[in-house]
Amino acid sequence: MTNSRSELTQIVVGIVRDPLGLVGLLIVGSIVFCAIFAAWIAPYDPVAMNIQARLEGPSLAHPLGTDQLGRDTFSRVIMGSQVALKVALPAVFGAMFIGLALGMIAGYGPKWLDNLLMLLFDTLRSFPTVMFALAVVALVGPSLQTVVLVVMATSIPTYARVARTQTLSLRNSEFILAERAMGASVFRILGVHMLPNIIGVLAVLAAMDIPTVIALEAGLSFLGLGVKPPTPSWGALLKDGYALIRQTPWLVVGGGLPVILATLGFTFFGETMRDVVDPKLRKQR
Amino acid sequence: MTEVLLEIDNLSVDYETGRGDLKALRNISFSLNKGEIVGIVGESGCGKSTLISSILRLTAPNTRFREGEVRFKGRNLLNISEQDMRSLRGSDISIVFQDPMQTHNPVLTIGRQMLDIQHRSSATKAEKLHRAAEMLSAVGIPDPQARLKQFPHEFSGGMRQRIAIAMALMSEPDLLIADEPTTALDATLEVQIIEHLRSLQQDMNCAVLFISHHLGVIAELCDRVVVMYAGAVVESGDVREIFGNPKHPYTRRLIDCDPGHIKERARVLPTIPGEVPDLANLPKGCIFRERCDQAMPRCTASVPPLQTIAEITGHRAACWLNHEEMAS
Ligand SMILES: Nc1ncnc2c1ncn2[C@@H]1O[C@H](COP(=O)(O)OP(=O)(O)OP(=O)(O)O)[C@@H](O)[C@H]1O
Ligand SMILES: [Mg+2]
Repeated sequence: MTNSRSELTQIVVGIVRDPLGLVGLLIVGSIVFCAIFAAWIAPYDPVAMNIQARLEGPSLAHPLGTDQLGRDTFSRVIMGSQVALKVALPAVFGAMFIGLALGMIAGYGPKWLDNLLMLLFDTLRSFPTVMFALAVVALVGPSLQTVVLVVMATSIPTYARVARTQTLSLRNSEFILAERAMGASVFRILGVHMLPNIIGVLAVLAAMDIPTVIALEAGLSFLGLGVKPPTPSWGALLKDGYALIRQTPWLVVGGGLPVILATLGFTFFGETMRDVVDPKLRKQR
Repeated sequence: MTEVLLEIDNLSVDYETGRGDLKALRNISFSLNKGEIVGIVGESGCGKSTLISSILRLTAPNTRFREGEVRFKGRNLLNISEQDMRSLRGSDISIVFQDPMQTHNPVLTIGRQMLDIQHRSSATKAEKLHRAAEMLSAVGIPDPQARLKQFPHEFSGGMRQRIAIAMALMSEPDLLIADEPTTALDATLEVQIIEHLRSLQQDMNCAVLFISHHLGVIAELCDRVVVMYAGAVVESGDVREIFGNPKHPYTRRLIDCDPGHIKERARVLPTIPGEVPDLANLPKGCIFRERCDQAMPRCTASVPPLQTIAEITGHRAACWLNHEEMAS
């Protein structure tokens, strides 16, 4: 459609107009920017050791000091954003799209399929994410992919349930009946008419879910079950920092602050987006 | 030349419910010629929507077609494949629903929806948009090019209903079904909608099955009228015949309730004392008997058949009184 671009612009404009949305967008934007250009922004190689400069406090050369191996904390924080997004984005968006597809099938398909899928979702959901992650990591060993897959598997049911509920309520709405009465096929109804009504809600959910996944990755890395050292993850920074908190607090700050910022940023962003994606709530042009 | 387009033949439809079978439609028969406008009147719950959904075969899951046929251009729609049925919907048969606030997708622009509804056409996108704009101006929407870019909530109820009509007529259907298209609108808008509907109908020469609570609109718009009561046809015939010389006490009561003002005022069907019988547990004899002030012993004994009263006009009524009249 000719105005799909203008619609996207409208959503962005709507988010920027809201102060909370602007802050969220700025934080999210800087995290994404850091992740993409990490190699250029980071002043040092994040894994390069320098035994002479161990556990230094902040200085012009090292804004967040150095760790026990003399690695520059600031560079590791910057690189950490890349790790965080490499886990969070595929996990969240993968779960969102699979959940969306399964949820729509459950909501629109025959009753027995719905029951079967719901049983599957409930089973998956009954695993506590962290326990499940620990078990899987213990079995196949820690890696980025393992974390991504575990998070995806445990959050698919959440997206699927929301998509299913939306599909069920849309299914009986008059405009869908009207579409059927005008000869639309199942694919047209699901793809053209239901999808745009559901995707907004799921995108908001996904935005709010990203910090949870970032925190989970940090948590697993903190326990030594996330990404393998020496890869700089915020959780790994926290882990080192926790052990060395008496010598230097800067590691904990370097690992903790980005997690908090990311949580706030994505939540603000998601909340503003929720108000903006609904065209009925959008201000008249 | 009259050529039959739609023929409902002895159609009976049940809803399976916890209380047993609800006999929503019983032995409905009437027909619609090419280019003709036929009105269906009747109180709420008399089965108008059931009839429409049976024609389109978009019935609730608990529906059972007990007997009868719905013939469209000679084909019985009740036993063609789902595929064939779907290809008729929106191309040969179109529909406009009652509530204009609910019939459009809230998150898609009107233009996007009008493009989508032309999915069967092989025209280019530019041609389809042009056609959409053309249809919008045909139903009196000013500045259609700009309007195509707007969302449904940016239109008033009357405009939305006109857009719905534009969309329904886009494929130049042979039959347009309108399920109380003006009930949700106020009187001036109603007149507007009826005007547009009539002029488009004449241009395209499509037949219209017009369902309404509003006797005045039926009288104004339709060529023939079918009066329904509790799931059955009680009277049908030429509009002037029915309103000028009603032969069923129910029709008479409908008209009598608001004699001088039918044209302007009877927006909602006037209420008649008494209650509609329980369709799950039908009484013996005539269904209108309990509310009828002319009921006779015969009315309790057996159901009066729908009988032709005047051959030329096709006036038919289902009442024993007419039998008495004819006998004497
Ligand atoms: N799915 C269903 N299951 C059971 N009963 C139903 C179902 N749908 C409709 N009914 C009943 O069938 C009867 C006819 O309903 P229908 O909706 O066809 O009436 P209507 O004439 O369209 O009424 P209105 O003017 O209020 O729209 C009513 O008694 C209604 O309660
Ligand atoms: Mg109805």
